[in-house]
Amino acid sequence: MTSDNQSNEIAPLTDPGIPAHLHRKSDLDPKAAKKAERQVGILFIISALGTILFIYSYTFMSEKIFIFLPVLGNSNAKQLFLGLGMAISLFFIGMGAVHWAKTLMPDNEVVAQRHELRSEEVDREDFVKTVKEGAAAAGLGRRSIIKRTLGVALGLSGLTPLLLLRDLGPLPKDDFSKTSWEAGTRLVTDPGDRPIKPSDLEIGAVAQVLPELLAGKERKLEDIGKDAVLLIRIRPAEFQLDAERLSWTHEGIIAFSKICSHMGCAVALYEQTTKHLLCPCHQSTFDVTRAAKVIFGPSARPLPQLALALDAEGYLVAKQPFTEPVGPSFWERDSS
Amino acid sequence: MSKSERVAGTVANYVDERTGAAKWLKKNLNKVFPDHWSFMLGEIALYSFIILLLTGTFLTFWYDPSMQEVEYEGSYQPLSGLKMSAAYASTLHISFDIRGGLLMRQIHHWAALLFMVAIVVHLLRVFFTGAFRKPREFNWILGIGLLTLGIVEGFLGYSLPDDLLSGTGIRIAEAIIQAIPVVGSYLAYFVFGGPFPGEVFIPRIYTVHILLLPGIFLALITAHLMLVWYQKHTQYPGPGRTEKNVVGYPLMPVYMAKAGGFFFIVFGFTAFLGAVASINPIWLFGPYTPAQITAGSQPDWYMGWLDGLVRMAPPLETHAFGHTISWNILIPALIIPGILFTGMALYPFIESWMTGDKREHHLLDRPRNAPNRTALGAMSLTFVLVTLLNGGNDLLATHFSLTINQIMWFSRIGVLVLPPIAFVITKRICLSLQRSDRELVLHGKETGRLVMLPHGEFIEIHEELSPEKKWTLTQHEQLPPLEIAQENQAGVRNPKGLRAKLQQYASKSHQEQIEKPSAKDVLELGDGRH
Repeated sequence: MTSDNQSNEIAPLTDPGIPAHLHRKSDLDPKAAKKAERQVGILFIISALGTILFIYSYTFMSEKIFIFLPVLGNSNAKQLFLGLGMAISLFFIGMGAVHWAKTLMPDNEVVAQRHELRSEEVDREDFVKTVKEGAAAAGLGRRSIIKRTLGVALGLSGLTPLLLLRDLGPLPKDDFSKTSWEAGTRLVTDPGDRPIKPSDLEIGAVAQVLPELLAGKERKLEDIGKDAVLLIRIRPAEFQLDAERLSWTHEGIIAFSKICSHMGCAVALYEQTTKHLLCPCHQSTFDVTRAAKVIFGPSARPLPQLALALDAEGYLVAKQPFTEPVGPSFWERDSS
Repeated sequence: MSKSERVAGTVANYVDERTGAAKWLKKNLNKVFPDHWSFMLGEIALYSFIILLLTGTFLTFWYDPSMQEVEYEGSYQPLSGLKMSAAYASTLHISFDIRGGLLMRQIHHWAALLFMVAIVVHLLRVFFTGAFRKPREFNWILGIGLLTLGIVEGFLGYSLPDDLLSGTGIRIAEAIIQAIPVVGSYLAYFVFGGPFPGEVFIPRIYTVHILLLPGIFLALITAHLMLVWYQKHTQYPGPGRTEKNVVGYPLMPVYMAKAGGFFFIVFGFTAFLGAVASINPIWLFGPYTPAQITAGSQPDWYMGWLDGLVRMAPPLETHAFGHTISWNILIPALIIPGILFTGMALYPFIESWMTGDKREHHLLDRPRNAPNRTALGAMSLTFVLVTLLNGGNDLLATHFSLTINQIMWFSRIGVLVLPPIAFVITKRICLSLQRSDRELVLHGKETGRLVMLPHGEFIEIHEELSPEKKWTLTQHEQLPPLEIAQENQAGVRNPKGLRAKLQQYASKSHQEQIEKPSAKDVLELGDGRH
C-alpha cells in the first residue's frame, strides 16, 4: 500500500455536489401522471363523503343509539359518527393535497444562496453614528437633571399598575389560622347535616363531618375547604398518644382535619388494617394511631387533630377550636 | 393563455398596483424550504394552535365562566338536581346538549396535548441538531417562552370546567402560591379574591386563558416564524449543502400544498382522536368540593413531571421565629423548574462559551458529532422522565402491583443517579457511532459475502460507500478544544483564574471526538480495503 501523498495536512473529502435529479414515474409516463391525478381525485371524494356523514349524523341521527365497538366499548353513535365524519372530511383534504404535491408538482430541488445576516460595515457604522447623534441631540448625557428625574418618574409610574391590582382581594389577616370550629360546635354529617352520637360509628368506621351551621348561615365551599374533618373510630387500646391528645379522643373516636397539611387536597383514603390515612394527590401518609404523624411522603406536618367531647344530649362536639392552622403551610404560620 | 391564468394575472396586477408587493411576493413565493420530516414538528405545533383557536372560540359561545351555584337541569341524568358551579353546568351543557359540543371539547383537549407534545419534540429536534446556534439564539429563547406559556395555558384550560379533578389542581396551585415566603398568603388572597376557592378565580383565569395568553402566543409565534423566514431554515448536511446555501423546494406551489395539506391532516387526526378516544370525561368526576377527591388524581402530561417532583420531595420545612418555609413545596414546584428553564434558555450561550465558536451555523449537526451536547440532552431528558414516572406513581403502583413506597424511593434515588449515568452512556454511544462512521468511510459496508482467496484465506467483501454518503459522514468540522492561557509569559496567573480553568475543562470535554477520516486516510487505503 503506497501513497505519493506525503502532506501532513488533514484534507477533507471533496463535496460531490447535489446528486442528479431522479425523475418520478409520473414525470415520465403520462399514464402514471393520469393515475396520480385520479388518486388525488379519489382522496378528495372520500373527504366529501366524510362531510356528508357529518351532516347526516348532525341532522338525522338519534342521540340514543349506542353501538359496541371492540377496544372502544359502548359508544354513542351520534358522537362517534360526528367525529369520524369530521375527521374523514379534514384528513382526506390533507392527504389529497400532499399526494398532489408529491406526485404531480415539480420535485426539482432548488438552491438558494444565504447571506450573512451581519450588515455591511458602512451601514453598521452609520447606524452607530445615528444612535450617537440622536443621543447627543437629546442631550441625555449632559442634562443630568432630566436623566435623574425621568428615572424617578418612570420607576414610580411602574407602581400604579401594581397598586391597581391591590383590590383583587382582601388582606388575609389571620384567616389562614381560623376555622368555623368553636368549643361546643356539634359535628354533623356531610351530606345530611345530622348530629352524630358515638354509637353511630362502629369500630373501623370513618366519616366526613363538618361543623354544625348556625341558624341563618349558609355553607360555602371556602368554609368546607377549611372545616372538613375526618372522624375515625378504632379500638382505644391501639392509640399511641400522649395524655393530652388521648384526652382529645372519645371512646376510640379521633378527629383530624381532612385538608392535607401538604397542599390542601382532601385526605380521603383510609386503610382500615394499617390505620393509615393517605392523600391521593402526593401520597403523604399519616398514622392515625399516632396523631396523624407523617410516616411517608412529602408532607412535613401531621394533620391537625380536633379535640372531641360530648354535649348534654350525648352528641359529639368540638372541645375547643383547632389549636393550629389547618391546610398547607404559609409564611406567617407559627409551626414551632 | 388559459382563463385561469388570465384571472391570476388580473388579481396579481390588482394587488401590486395597490401595494407594490410584486417584488417582495416574487422573492418570497419562491423562497426555498429544505425538506425533512423533523421540520414538520414545529408545523404540528403551529397547526394545533390554530385548531385550539378555532375549537376554543366555539366553546366560548356556551361556556359560562362563573362560580355561581346553580342546580343542574340538563340531560345528563346522574347529576340531575345537583348543586354545582355555572362553569361546570355549562361545560356539561356543551358536552350533552350542544350537537358536536362534546366533539369540540375533545378536539380542543387533544389539540392542547398535541400542541405540547409537538413543542417538546420540536425543541428536542432543535437541541440535538444544534439548530439553536448563532444566529438563532433569540428564536430558541422565544421557543422556551412558548413552551412555558403553553404549560400555563394548558393548566388554566383544564381548570376551567370546575370539576372535581380540575378543582384539585387549582387547590394545589393555591398551595404553591401560599408557600412563597413573605408574600405568599397575600398573593393567594389577591389571586383568589379571598379564601380558596372563592367565586372569582374561574372568571379571572378565563380572561387569561382566552384573551391574554392567546394574544401573547400570537405575538410570540409571529415573531418566531418571522425569524425563521428571515434567517432562512437550517438544513441537514449532505452533498451540495453548505453553510452558504439552502437546498429545498420553493414555497409556491410545493411547500404551500404540503404545508396546507398537512394542516388538514393534523386537524383530521385530532378530530379522529376526539371521536374515538374519550378525554377528560368531566361528568364522571362531579362538581368540585374541597372535601372530596378522586383516587388517581393526575394532571395532564406536561404538568406530570412537576407533580412527580412535588411527590418525591422530602418532607422539609423550616420553622423559625414564628414563620414557616415549605421547602417541600418551594424546591420542587418553583426552584427546580426555575433552574431548568433558565438553564435551557441560556444553553446556546453556554455552549458558545464552551466551544469559543462565535460563527453562524446553518448546517445541522448529526447528534453523534456533538457527543457532549447530545449527552447533556439525554441527561436532562432522563431527569424529566424519572420525575414524570413518579408523577404517575399511583397508577404505576396499581397497574404493576408495586407499592407507592417502592416507586417513590426508586424515583428519589433515580432522579439523582440516573441522569449522570445517562450522560456517560450517551457520550460513549456517540463516540462509538463516530468510530463506526469512520470505519464505514475507510473500509466500506460489510456485504456479508465471503470470498476464498487463491491461497485459501477467507475475506469478507466490503462495499465502498458512494461519494455522497462519504461526504455526509465526514463533512462536519472538528474543532480542537480551546487553548486558554492559564498564565502569561511572565508566569502571572490569568486574572480570570477559576473561570478560565472551568472554560478550559468544559471545552475539552465538549470537543471530545473520534478523528474523522481525511482525504489522505482514504487515499492511503487505496484499493486494499479490508
